[in-house]
Amino acid sequence: MYRYDEFDAAFVADRVSAFRDQVSRRLSGDMTEEQFRPHRLMNGLYLQLHAYMLRVAVPYGTLNARQMHKLAHIARVYDKGFGHFTTRQNIQYNWPALSDVPAILDELASVEMHAIQTSGNCIRNVTADHFAGAAADEIEDPRPYAEILRQWSSIHPEFTFLPRKFKIAVNGADWDRAAIQVHDIGYQIVRNEAGEVGFAVYVGGGLGRTPMIARKLRDFLPKADLLAYTQAIVRVYNLEGRRDNKYKARIKILVHEKGVDPMREAVEAEFAAASREFISLPASEIARIKSYFAPPALQARAACDAYEARRQTDPRFAAFAANNVHPHRVAGHGVVTISLKPIGGVPGDATAAQMDAVADLAARYGHDEIRVSHEQNLVLPHVALDDLPAIYDELAANGLATANAGLISDIIACPGLDYCALATARSIPIAQRISERFGEGERARDIGELKIKISGCINACGHHHVGHIGILGLERKGVETYQITLGGSGDETCSLGTLTGPGFSSEEVVDAIERIVNVYMSVRTDRSEDFLAAYRRVGMQPFKEALYETSKGADI
Amino acid sequence: MRAGPMHYAISANRLRDGIVVFLGAGGAWVEQLAQAAAYPEKEQAEAALEGARGDEKRNLVVEAFVFPVRQSPAGLVADHIRDAIRAAGPSVYRDHGKQAETR
Amino acid sequence: MALWKNGAFVDDAWREIAEGEDPPPAGHVILPLDWWEQERDAFEGSNAPLGLRVAPGVPIERFARDINRFALIELVFPKFGDGRAFSMARLLRERHGFRGELRATGDVLIDQIQMMARCGFDTFQISDATTERLLRERGAPAYKRFYQPGATPEAPVDSRPWARRPG
Repeated sequence: MYRYDEFDAAFVADRVSAFRDQVSRRLSGDMTEEQFRPHRLMNGLYLQLHAYMLRVAVPYGTLNARQMHKLAHIARVYDKGFGHFTTRQNIQYNWPALSDVPAILDELASVEMHAIQTSGNCIRNVTADHFAGAAADEIEDPRPYAEILRQWSSIHPEFTFLPRKFKIAVNGADWDRAAIQVHDIGYQIVRNEAGEVGFAVYVGGGLGRTPMIARKLRDFLPKADLLAYTQAIVRVYNLEGRRDNKYKARIKILVHEKGVDPMREAVEAEFAAASREFISLPASEIARIKSYFAPPALQARAACDAYEARRQTDPRFAAFAANNVHPHRVAGHGVVTISLKPIGGVPGDATAAQMDAVADLAARYGHDEIRVSHEQNLVLPHVALDDLPAIYDELAANGLATANAGLISDIIACPGLDYCALATARSIPIAQRISERFGEGERARDIGELKIKISGCINACGHHHVGHIGILGLERKGVETYQITLGGSGDETCSLGTLTGPGFSSEEVVDAIERIVNVYMSVRTDRSEDFLAAYRRVGMQPFKEALYETSKGADI
Repeated sequence: MRAGPMHYAISANRLRDGIVVFLGAGGAWVEQLAQAAAYPEKEQAEAALEGARGDEKRNLVVEAFVFPVRQSPAGLVADHIRDAIRAAGPSVYRDHGKQAETR
Repeated sequence: MALWKNGAFVDDAWREIAEGEDPPPAGHVILPLDWWEQERDAFEGSNAPLGLRVAPGVPIERFARDINRFALIELVFPKFGDGRAFSMARLLRERHGFRGELRATGDVLIDQIQMMARCGFDTFQISDATTERLLRERGAPAYKRFYQPGATPEAPVDSRPWARRPG
């Protein structure tokens, strides 16, 4: 993974000391809250429902063991022993005191981490496929490009006061695990007819209250032009994006109102005019950054006796191996998803002890690499299958061996009204109850891949629009109400969910989900047709009938 | 929950640590809703809020606001779910927030 | 109102002309763009130093051909969060080659001044009292490490073409 050089370390130290000064100016009264707010937001510090919330950047979701230990330490010393992993591959702390934040930032800087640009109307943490560098279906590891974009966008003098926040994702595999089509810019690594590797460029995707799928601006962008083209897009957005209404200020609205062809013309014109005066990315520099991400030297293993033996004799282990281990590009190895969705638990939460346990496993068995997925799980990307029994036992001892990756209980949920000042309804308790209803056992495995995503308000931090089943919590006359959408997907077949109809009360919503699942089970051709495929084949009608006719008094 | 008639109380977050506080009868900020001052008329609460704004200017608290409460046998309770969660702590961790201190 | 330039507060030789006001022939006045567009003929043949005030959102193409007529261009930050003038400044400097005084006005706060300078601004009209006091006490922030080229002379760092230090 990328390591800071002296320049990077000094850059972060400068910013920490600036924020320490701003905090002391705020506490002494030299700065009003209004003047301080943009500074605390630039450093990822929000004021939430109960207290401050600090969001720490995990660039493209990659961590080493030392960093994870530090995150555990911060949870223990400055918080209540927990951290919450987010859909932007970051971690949030829910209870830090403002007066402690400079010390927390110092702790982070000591392990090459920071909280810069995890909030505010700037270019946010650049995300990437959480299986990057390990998955078998990858053209190239997206992380070097995410790192280059991360550096270039850090405290950008021109692009720190954009109309609204700006999110970039990079994906390097055929399977889009980074949800690039619902980002402000999505870069998909592709190979062109000449065999050169570059990027397909998508612009103007996003969720929130006006969800939109990105439009393709370019089929192929040479690597050398990555920064110049990004600058062109962001500059057109900075100059032309709406600033009269924060709900219409994202680039997706500009692309929509301007039209994709005029947008492309404007970006290409800006790119053509600017490329002479701007930097291109030399191949040597790309190679230098790439060298930090060199994959570990793994020996292909034909036989995995220890792994096979345990699989034959331990059905729980076998279920874990089947659900939570993804094929690695090197034979005899796997990419292990550590579910942060224990049955009945809080999605994305990890205790300090769990973070330490994962860090130890990564150091011992995982080539010192950990990933945070946008699905709020952790990943050990490089594991020998013969080490899996030992890893599994250690995970189980720490409450981390839930065998539900990709299943119905692997739910994304935003913090919702339990923590968030913007939320209109709770998300986490709904996730907990759905997870308890379906569990991780035979029934959940029979249902198969099903992504439920829950947001506690229309800002859609829980990505409900791209859930196979999406749940949106709203407030109606003082009471929490939940709308359901079906058929969303954030992968390369990106689609937005369709509303089933009127919403459900908190008491009704889990039953409603069960009815939807029952319809799926009765209409699917066989087990190989997953929920999304079945929905796309049969459409909304059977689900609608089951949901609303029964609620008029009929029995299920 | 819906016990007595509607009253109004004032809440804010303490600047230094962000913790939720309520304006008490003597004008001091208290950590428990049970000790908050409840005003029968919204105008009274708005007037008290003006006083609280002084504590914003003195950099003691931030984002002070008025919210509806009711008297119940157990003391003051917030009328809206959002304010109730704010006054108690997250409903998913009963050992976090103010609810942990009153158990 | 105080004018910050090169690390010190200086006297302002320029005067803003309001819409409809008659400018003195001696110049050193800053004209609103609309006014200039209507009255530009009146300045035919005059060498009086003129300034131009441009609101955010105005395409630079609208006045690009006149740029060299102005000794000063003033760009407005209506709120510190409205960052359009950052891009406009870079375009004026880097694309249109404007070499006169580029002035930031409006909600100009201490923590943005160095960013503005890196986009090409060289004078700053300060109306925020705290900013003015802090500038007098300690000057503007002067970070020395950047991850992208700015409009001011800056030296590349190591092999990274996007990283810079003050030159």
